[in-house]
Amino acid sequence: MKHFLAYNKAMLLLVPATAFIFIVFVYPFIYGFLWSFNFLEGDWLANYKSFFSRGDMYPTILVTLKLSLPVTIFNVLLAIPIAFALRQKSRYQKMVTTILVVPITLGAVLLAEGMLTYFGPKGWFIQAIAILGIDDPKLIHNATGVIISLVISGFPFIFLLVLSYITGIDPGLPRAAATLGASPWEQFRYIYLPLLTPGIAMAFCLAFVQAFSVYPSAVLLGSPAGPTRVISIAAYETAFERYDYSMASAVAMIMGFVQLIVVAIVLKLRGLFYRGPVTGGKG
Amino acid sequence: MINVKDRVPARLWNGFVRGIMVFFVLNVLLIIISVLVNSFGKNWFSGLLPSGFTFDWYTSAWAEFQLGHILFVTSKVVLAVVAFSVLLGVPAAYVMARKNFKGKNALMFLFLVPMLIPPFTYGIPMATVMYTYNIGGTLGGVILANMVPALPFIILIMTPFIEQIDENLENAAKVFGAGTFKMFWHVLVPLLGPGILASSLLVLVRTISMFELTFLTAGPDNQTLVVALYYSMFAAGVRAQQSVDAMAMIYMLITLIWLLVALQFVNPTQLVSRVKEVPQD
Repeated sequence: MKHFLAYNKAMLLLVPATAFIFIVFVYPFIYGFLWSFNFLEGDWLANYKSFFSRGDMYPTILVTLKLSLPVTIFNVLLAIPIAFALRQKSRYQKMVTTILVVPITLGAVLLAEGMLTYFGPKGWFIQAIAILGIDDPKLIHNATGVIISLVISGFPFIFLLVLSYITGIDPGLPRAAATLGASPWEQFRYIYLPLLTPGIAMAFCLAFVQAFSVYPSAVLLGSPAGPTRVISIAAYETAFERYDYSMASAVAMIMGFVQLIVVAIVLKLRGLFYRGPVTGGKG
Repeated sequence: MINVKDRVPARLWNGFVRGIMVFFVLNVLLIIISVLVNSFGKNWFSGLLPSGFTFDWYTSAWAEFQLGHILFVTSKVVLAVVAFSVLLGVPAAYVMARKNFKGKNALMFLFLVPMLIPPFTYGIPMATVMYTYNIGGTLGGVILANMVPALPFIILIMTPFIEQIDENLENAAKVFGAGTFKMFWHVLVPLLGPGILASSLLVLVRTISMFELTFLTAGPDNQTLVVALYYSMFAAGVRAQQSVDAMAMIYMLITLIWLLVALQFVNPTQLVSRVKEVPQD
């Protein structure tokens, strides 16, 4: 009995953190979910109907998908070979990972400030390509600006994740394959890639949901009234400019739902390629 | 049997990979440096560099944007988030590491979710609930919001850290009559020091640069530096671009200094994932 009490006393240590997450994270989510259905005012689906009929609302889903999906696919395809090339632990690897963590840490707002100057009409990038005889391709205040910003913050993120999965693979496996005459490509194709598939799927999902909820760069580097009016802009405007909290909750729920669908599809696709433990050795 | 034919594509490929890497890093560096140069530039209408250099933008930015006040708020938010997250997170991590109980996996999943869902998705319902309960727009609201990703982060880093500490040390303390609290304070806390320091630094860096949650919950008086920077950029044209750049430089300097400090204790990948580094060979 005494032991049982001591055991439960230790369990109390878990209470504050759990309570916090329930009160500040779970409760608002449920609250917002229920709030998005207008139970008190007749038609409970009114907000959702309104979202899918308003010209300033439903197109944001497609606009955001068009920005975030191709960028994330591009980032993953770029990150895999580079992470693979840097898989050996070396000073070079350490240097590259340290440099790449800088844009992630600085964040979208600071990058936007730099990009406005760098890609601006008098910026160094535009000056440099002018020497090559290329006219200003207008890289900011449109979708291109947002895409560049999503590459700068998304690529290092995926790279670091994929690199951590690659370095977690037992180096004995590829070495054994090499002994049997496998070229680096064959090692990649038949050893690394199958083992990495769950990790890549995970990295894709994490990077995609971040890109899908892009906000500061869509406002600062894009044209938030039109081509880069992403779904977070619609949600923010509804909540804090029109103070329609119920509708804003509906937009946030739709935002989360679209993310969930894409994540589900990716995990389903992963199942087609890979049958084995759901997670890698670590993750 | 390696023949030269096989090596040529491999070399081309390596060169290609290296080229992309250099192109990426170079552009990111130049983007950052253009903020630096512009913040010291008198006029930059054309050419490679501004027509002259001055420190004036920093003094004017300091006054215009009330940076003293903003930095004070930022420090309060960051310190509170780190302190409360450690205070709540380390005991929770201890239980997660030491005890087996029903629903442990479900609880671990609950702690993982706030780190997987992007802040803007859960931030909107969270902020609207905070405004309904009148804590939206207050300093407390900003701190609570920022703890949502910070607290699980501490738990997820500290749990494996505690797992590797020998349980016999705790048992020995108990045999000599130490209660749970005494054992925690005299045995575990000193052993956990390095882990707590590393995870605190990571939370600190992430909180300084956390835009979304502070943006959604802060009122005009309790913006952190990164949110104030966003608003000054949003109102572009109201202030001189160089002034905004000066503010951006101050933000960058603070973030990078703390990043450098953090990198003395953790490796870069830990900023994005909770994966432990496995020693190779």
